[in-house]
Amino acid sequence: MTSNAQAKTRDKAREKSRFIVLHENDNILVCCATASQGQSIEIEGEQVTLSKTINIGHKIARRNIAIGEKIIKYGAPIGSALQTIEIGAHVHMHNIKSDYIASHTRAASTGSEEHKG
Amino acid sequence: MIGYIRKDGRKGIRNIITVVYLVECAHHVSRKIVDLARDEAVHLIGFPGCFPNDYALKMMKQLTTHPNVGGVLLVSLGCESFNREELKAYIEASGRPVDTLVIQECGGTRSTIEAGVKSITGLKNIADKTERVAMTTADLVVGTICGGSDGTSGISANPAVGRSFDMLIDRDATCIFEETGELIGCEHIMQERAATPELGAEIKACVTKAADYYATLGYGSYAPGNAEGGLTTQEEKSLGAYSKSGQSKISGLIKPGDIPASKGLYLMDVVPDGEVRFGFPNISDNAEIVELIASGCHLVLFTTGRGSVVGSAISPVIKICANPETYQRLSDDMDINAGRIVEGTATIEDVGQEIYDRVHSVAQGDKSLSEEMGHQEFILTYKSFEPIGPACMPAGHHK
Repeated sequence: MTSNAQAKTRDKAREKSRFIVLHENDNILVCCATASQGQSIEIEGEQVTLSKTINIGHKIARRNIAIGEKIIKYGAPIGSALQTIEIGAHVHMHNIKSDYIASHTRAASTGSEEHKG
Repeated sequence: MIGYIRKDGRKGIRNIITVVYLVECAHHVSRKIVDLARDEAVHLIGFPGCFPNDYALKMMKQLTTHPNVGGVLLVSLGCESFNREELKAYIEASGRPVDTLVIQECGGTRSTIEAGVKSITGLKNIADKTERVAMTTADLVVGTICGGSDGTSGISANPAVGRSFDMLIDRDATCIFEETGELIGCEHIMQERAATPELGAEIKACVTKAADYYATLGYGSYAPGNAEGGLTTQEEKSLGAYSKSGQSKISGLIKPGDIPASKGLYLMDVVPDGEVRFGFPNISDNAEIVELIASGCHLVLFTTGRGSVVGSAISPVIKICANPETYQRLSDDMDINAGRIVEGTATIEDVGQEIYDRVHSVAQGDKSLSEEMGHQEFILTYKSFEPIGPACMPAGHHK
């Protein structure tokens, strides 16, 4: 991608919400354009600062989620919380697990800073 | 649309000559024959194993008599278990020209290649005379698969394919979705869409079977790239994959190589029956594509978030890219940019219509991008299945 195209993509992304609700019952939001660490976003009327960069396709918490609570996406459960998850936090392999079968990954390939290395 | 009419009444959108190696020992010779034919309508397929396998025989019967296939050259080493006589008789009965070359009887590599190149010319001459007839949407069988999924797949490319499936089924086409291991977590929702309660029970049971099978193997249908792309669990990946099926009623449950009895939407159960014997159900995306084609798919809609480039032998693959960032990097390989949905510049309806139109243009002879670039991947491995039960294809329940 040219830097011009990248800038255009960024501009386009700024114009609208980077995080979308897929289903009214969901407790997560899906990222539609990469959002940087430190950036302030509004979730359900609350201002939240992103503690790390969230890449496209990744999820953040739509509200505070308790340990053991089901994670709801598309209005359906996609796993359970392994720890308390705060509103705006990255929701991924470090804090949720499958209720069916364990996920596996290569080292350094979860797209999340704390998993690299 | 104009198609190639076959003896069984099905119509093909291509007229491919397949060169088939019946054991890995015949692979090189077969590939040389294809290379020397210098014809993009001559495709290489094959089965590497020397031990007999009913599934492989059934798959080969269906692939060599696929509506897109006009003629077949079988290449055998000579001592392998593959029942080449039964396969040849099956192809002959379908009205297609077929030759068999046995390397051990032909005098080795050079002479078999030479004989193979001559055979291709003869097969093509006959296949070229296949009658061409008018074809409509109702004649099409379209499959879908996802590969290299990420967190965008389930919100853009997959629901857009689902929309195109609904449009195709409204016009009496047949559509197939698959990979029950990638539907783990969706069994209850899917069950409610079944044409009959008995079919619903079969669908739920086949997903349970898949969950057990993958649990034994220790890995779900989940790859490291899925994690990188934001998908965290098998059931999250499943719910996204499931949206490829659209909103239509599920008319039946088939296994690889079963031809849907009627129009409408079918689920393909790709997970073997019985105890875990031959390893992973499908070792890579092309194994699933081959199974869709064996069940009659004229073309396959392949959605990807991370970015896949594969095509297939026999049937064109149309690539639908879910992720706008991936599309920027791999646009030469992507027929459709569903990333526009993520960016907010197109709707699922828009992209669904675009996919529907592309299905028709490729069926009319336009090449998909992977087809244009010569992608003809093919893989077939050992599996075992029991036949489907009577509840799986309820009569008179299409659409």
